[in-house]
Amino acid sequence: MIEVQGLHLRYGGVAALDGVNLALRAGEFVALLGASGSGKTTLLRSLAGLEFPDAGQVLIEGRDMAAVPARERGVGFVFQNYALFRHMTVFENIAFGLRIKPRRLRPGRAEIVRRVEELLALVRLPGMGGRHPDQLSGGQRQRVALARALAIEPRVLLLDEPFGALDAKVRKELRHWLRGLHDRLGLTSLFVTHDQDEALELADRVAVMRDGRVVQFDTPEALLAAPADAGVAGFLGDAVPIDCVVRDGQAWFEGLPPVAVAGVAEGKAVAFLRPVDLLVEPGAGEARVAAARQDGRGVRLTVETAGMLLEATPAPGWMPRRGEPCRVTALAARVFPA
Amino acid sequence: MRRPTEEAPWLRWVLCLAAVGVAVLFLVLPLAAVFAEAFRRGWEPAVRALADPDALAAVRLTLLVAAVAVPVNLVGGVAAAWAIAKFDFPGRRLLMVLIELPFSVSPVISGLVYVLVFGAQGWLGPWLEERGVQVIFALPGIVLATIFVTFPFVARTLIPLMQDQGRTEEEAAATLGADGWRMFRHVTLPNIRWALLSGVLLCNARAMGEFGAVSVVSGHVRGETNTMPLHVEILYNEYQFVAAFAVAGLLALLALVTLGAKAVLERAG
Repeated sequence: MIEVQGLHLRYGGVAALDGVNLALRAGEFVALLGASGSGKTTLLRSLAGLEFPDAGQVLIEGRDMAAVPARERGVGFVFQNYALFRHMTVFENIAFGLRIKPRRLRPGRAEIVRRVEELLALVRLPGMGGRHPDQLSGGQRQRVALARALAIEPRVLLLDEPFGALDAKVRKELRHWLRGLHDRLGLTSLFVTHDQDEALELADRVAVMRDGRVVQFDTPEALLAAPADAGVAGFLGDAVPIDCVVRDGQAWFEGLPPVAVAGVAEGKAVAFLRPVDLLVEPGAGEARVAAARQDGRGVRLTVETAGMLLEATPAPGWMPRRGEPCRVTALAARVFPA
Repeated sequence: MRRPTEEAPWLRWVLCLAAVGVAVLFLVLPLAAVFAEAFRRGWEPAVRALADPDALAAVRLTLLVAAVAVPVNLVGGVAAAWAIAKFDFPGRRLLMVLIELPFSVSPVISGLVYVLVFGAQGWLGPWLEERGVQVIFALPGIVLATIFVTFPFVARTLIPLMQDQGRTEEEAAATLGADGWRMFRHVTLPNIRWALLSGVLLCNARAMGEFGAVSVVSGHVRGETNTMPLHVEILYNEYQFVAAFAVAGLLALLALVTLGAKAVLERAG
């Protein structure tokens, strides 16, 4: 559906894209995940025809996009700050893509009204057509931007940090709704985010970007189970890097019992441990409960061992108290040579 | 309690009075003097001075020059502002400096440059003369000099606004299928219309009032190449004070109407 091969783009001597390869299947919902400056927005804009790569190829539905300007790509794009036309009403914003079509392709006036009403209902803003963008909340603007992009009936939808400017509650609601919409409309979607929860929760596959390259492209489960390198492991799942030494097929830590590892060269290494990888049991041990509190998701526990503060998981049925001694077991670790 | 940014009441009064005083002394009084002098001997001499064929010719020429220079600068200024605000290209900074040039160069020099290029002894003058085209001491020269002097108004008003508004609305229009013209017509132009009007009106006020550059290229032929400001000067030098101030009053009135229109439009926008 979308294929990117060897994409390079330099901005004033700095490589924003440094050989990006990526292939999306029809109907997929894919997240581009990375820190700011990793090139994810540049990649998205290159797909839409808003940036012009120095080298490499972009194919959409098998067609080379090199000579196709943005206006002819038929790709839906939702901008980070929505980019609604400020002097137009919501209705006019959504109708824009229909009204500017060449005469022979342009739907009739009544048809445009019908389509816009339909889209307003789809994004759950019925009756809001007469408002101006500055009379809407952030979440509403976001949905208008989406309706406007969908009006031209794109097969591909590109979203740049679609939830970035929204508060946490609205963000959660909108992301599940967006995923539902994607499935219902049969779109192929690519969205940029720096929020790993968002990426891992919503996407069929996640492309992790760093320094202008896609360093790993996989399902959320596979990413968490087998990160490609230390950088990806550190970026995902709240993992904490801890120095260790690999010897006899085990990683040895200070303050933690050793963990079996396979296929890592002997010597100094760095291990990434997520809270779910660390099981804490009460009883005499080298560790101590540093903090513990109950919230909607269970018990949040922080233990101190060998001068390190680690988030961890308490054994079932145990409510830890601050200062209590305890034992920490590492259930799994992703280890990379240092 | 006083806010930290607030001054003592007496100081505020002094500052306000000083500002108003300066404005009255240097802006309002001279303007009032123009009208007072024009009507010193009543309405009749003033009206007669304006009905003089040479004065009428000067009014016509001034309006004609503005009617050509303003639309040219409207198009040129919008194009320059659009290019600078919405695109990155080599020479963008240089273009920005060039736009300011007419503001920083004395108008007299602007006029002299045109004489050098298009005059009888100038670079292009002889070539043009062979083909029967006269630029200097004729309408084309006056129009060219006026365009040059008033070029920055439209561009300078638009550039900060357009830079502030950014490019994303245009990009959104492009992804929705808009070509360059539709993008400009439906997205850019509506976003800049009030600033554009204000720039055009300022440009117009200056185009009608320009003296220095026009004086150099005009040749001061009465009834032919005298604009209103030049006509005022000639009358004044001939000690025809009432006539001079009558024409000056009309010119000031045109400028005031322009500024008034600008204020009204700004309030509306």
